[in-house]
Amino acid sequence: MKELSLNILDITKNSVSAGAENILISLNTDAEGILTLRIVDDGCGMSEETVKSVTDPFYTTRTTRKVGMGIPLLKLAAEQAGGELRITSSTDKDSHGTNIEATFDTKSIDFMPIGDIASTVSILIGGSPNIDFEFVDKTPEREVRLDTKELRAVLGEGISLAEPEIQMWIADYLNEQYG
Amino acid sequence: MKSLAELAAIRERMQNKVIIREGANATRVVVGMATCGIAAGARPVLNAFVEGVAASELAEKVTVTQTGCIGICQYEPVVEVYEDGKEKVTYVKLTAEKAAEIIEKHLKGGKVVEEYTIGAYRK
Repeated sequence: MKELSLNILDITKNSVSAGAENILISLNTDAEGILTLRIVDDGCGMSEETVKSVTDPFYTTRTTRKVGMGIPLLKLAAEQAGGELRITSSTDKDSHGTNIEATFDTKSIDFMPIGDIASTVSILIGGSPNIDFEFVDKTPEREVRLDTKELRAVLGEGISLAEPEIQMWIADYLNEQYG
Repeated sequence: MKSLAELAAIRERMQNKVIIREGANATRVVVGMATCGIAAGARPVLNAFVEGVAASELAEKVTVTQTGCIGICQYEPVVEVYEDGKEKVTYVKLTAEKAAEIIEKHLKGGKVVEEYTIGAYRK
């Protein structure tokens, strides 16, 4: 992947496949330039064994799990930039879901640019208009935020977040917050 | 500055439009957005279709949707166009520029851009 935002698009699609109803995508860069990416969902979750195996692209085939090369590629991107990838997941009836956390040293020469994150977010929302997404990108200087619950409150029942015009509005709305 | 108020204005405009996409004569553009597609550049291709449709008369009859791996990863980015009563058209190795051409010639003009189809590519 050429941009971190493409990894985010890819990985978040796993949350969609896991039947999540709520997905949080959070980017937080601290004063030292350490970026923490978190993708948190309330999907079906993975067993402990599956969690161990998903970082290994050659562990097994797609007939037994739904994730492919996405996680190994994100792990590689994090480790190349002096960070790491952690996955916790639960299949528990009352608290199922998966939490992906990847760290990156943004000062590292091998840190991939984040790229067009606004279009990643608008595509995710447009592709799964019934899932609630919360997106936050925070640095010491600014905070960019979007919550589909707020958009739904404005749009009402009749209009899908998948409407092309709405998707474009979402991307523009984020890009303007980035300034 | 974009605001939620602006979104409300879009809502008002859309509620007044009769959307006929669900019924007959609807066209579906399906973009492969699995790891293979994304890594090969499907995101700008999808954006080009979304923008091209939103900004034209196509908005009332064309839907742009995403799908997983279509199974021909070496040809990604792959886009399939389904039109009522016609055979499916599979476009391969697309870019945003080629997508813009397909919007003009195929979706608006009704003429398949043969040179970007999988049939032409395999020759």
